[in-house]
Amino acid sequence: MVKQGVIPDELTKPYWDAANEERLVIQNCSACGRLQHPPARACALCGSGANLEWKETVGRGTIYNYGVVYDCPVASLKEDLPFNLAVIMLEEDPGILFYSHLPGTPVDDVPVGATVEVVFEATANGQKVPEWQVPG
Amino acid sequence: MTTTTPNAPDSMYRSREGMGVWEHRGKVAAVGIGHSPTARRWDGRPETSVGANSIIALRQAIADAGVPPDQVDGIVLVPVTTTGAYWPSDTPVPQDVVNAFNPTDDPLDGIGQLSAEWLLKNMPELTNVKFTMNAPGCMSAAITVAAQAVGDGLTSTCLVLKGWHNLEGRYNHGGISAADAVPGTFAISPGRTLWGAPGCYGTALQFAEYCRKYGKHHDMMAPFMQNSRRNGLLFPEGYWAQHRPEQLLPEDYLTSRWIAKPANLFDNDIPIMASAAYLFTTADRAQDMAQKPVYILGHASSRGTARSITPTLEEIQAETGSTGRKIYESAGITADDLSFENMYDGFAQFHQFHIEGLGYRGMKFGDALDFYQTDISIEGPNPILPSGGNIGSGRSRFWMHTDCIQQIQGRAGARALTGVKPEIGVSGGPMPMGGNFTVWSATPN
Repeated sequence: MVKQGVIPDELTKPYWDAANEERLVIQNCSACGRLQHPPARACALCGSGANLEWKETVGRGTIYNYGVVYDCPVASLKEDLPFNLAVIMLEEDPGILFYSHLPGTPVDDVPVGATVEVVFEATANGQKVPEWQVPG
Repeated sequence: MTTTTPNAPDSMYRSREGMGVWEHRGKVAAVGIGHSPTARRWDGRPETSVGANSIIALRQAIADAGVPPDQVDGIVLVPVTTTGAYWPSDTPVPQDVVNAFNPTDDPLDGIGQLSAEWLLKNMPELTNVKFTMNAPGCMSAAITVAAQAVGDGLTSTCLVLKGWHNLEGRYNHGGISAADAVPGTFAISPGRTLWGAPGCYGTALQFAEYCRKYGKHHDMMAPFMQNSRRNGLLFPEGYWAQHRPEQLLPEDYLTSRWIAKPANLFDNDIPIMASAAYLFTTADRAQDMAQKPVYILGHASSRGTARSITPTLEEIQAETGSTGRKIYESAGITADDLSFENMYDGFAQFHQFHIEGLGYRGMKFGDALDFYQTDISIEGPNPILPSGGNIGSGRSRFWMHTDCIQQIQGRAGARALTGVKPEIGVSGGPMPMGGNFTVWSATPN
């Protein structure tokens, strides 16, 4: 399935640039040591905006939860219905979550709790986006 | 929108624990109720527009309370009226609709939004309104703000209004969902994003985790759904009662198509056109009005936020538990004092989060779906959502409030509770991680 293209903006450009290099980075507040995702202009915990940096992750996580989408508002994904839409917990901090279509995992046969690894898929305009796969 | 009406300040909402009993407990009352007819969508006629519907509801609420219109001195309303679709920017507003009303300088007023200024231009009988305020959100927010405003003395006879317009088309299927590319921030923001999640997906996720954690399953929702539609069909103001008087049988529910499994079509409420209004006043002034006063004991608000892209079950339960404590603290009551509940259900699968957070009938987290297998009818001792909610009457987010007032006034008709005496009820919503809640009572203390 090919996702809509992504146009990086000022806030998220480092995230998308890293994705094009097949690296997963997320914001880290060096003042309070807390990771956060999605990106924001200030730390949600301490409020600092000057101490946010981009930190590379090891790119592993676990499948926290999932649903199966049968009716989708996004035009370009309708031909792929139904599809898995899972939530991944990042290994370094289980409070950090990502969406995933779990490429390679059969629809509604999702191993909740299984380890997954990040992969990178090209979207409609070539911008790569982090995805997650069960290894092997 | 061109309006001089301010939004309610944060200080009017009680969103923290530890604020104590509401300072105006029992000193503000709801008296009058008004509802417009419902429709699935706007048919384009002036007399069925959201503005016209809202005028109908407001005039009914005034007449119901038995108050001369010139005694109304306040209006609190929700300015946004969309169910999800906005008037297309390249489409002119129909001239016959514009000509049917006294316009403000925004042609969408009364069609795709509401303002106090537009209402006052089109309700010349309201000659004494000195206080107007917007309450962004839904009726639950407007009730909170109006109650606080009356209690604070900003208005003494206040109309509370929420109107909805529902245009053609499937909401969220156009616009950015149809774009070839989306902005980077949008692509990784909570919500639908480029992953293709329908509106109910987030709630379905939480429900899936709930079922895994507590050993429950989707089929256990069937009695709740059947009860909600049954109660909704006893609500003559509601959409299903007016247009599609069909009971929802368990087999209908269980065989419905999935939207985002484990949420199916019926787990979503149906978007409609409708307006409702209430008349609030002080407890003292209410004594001389035409209907029995329903006293507001307290109000509380939830302002929960998820840490990452979607709320986890743990975050949901922490917030609903906190909301329950705030509700009881504000009203000076305990769960044992509740005769009934009317918490929001606009995705059916989060009603259990609301009532477990309340500890309704002694419930703990994970108990609600088992509770649904018992007698939850309006005839029993443990009524669940006697309004039928938004599953039972369409998405308005105000049936729950109307039902609380009507039950306590003894005006709920065929929906009247018979297994309990309706003395204290709670209503509110919408979301478990964000909403406003009110405690209603037959007596001021």
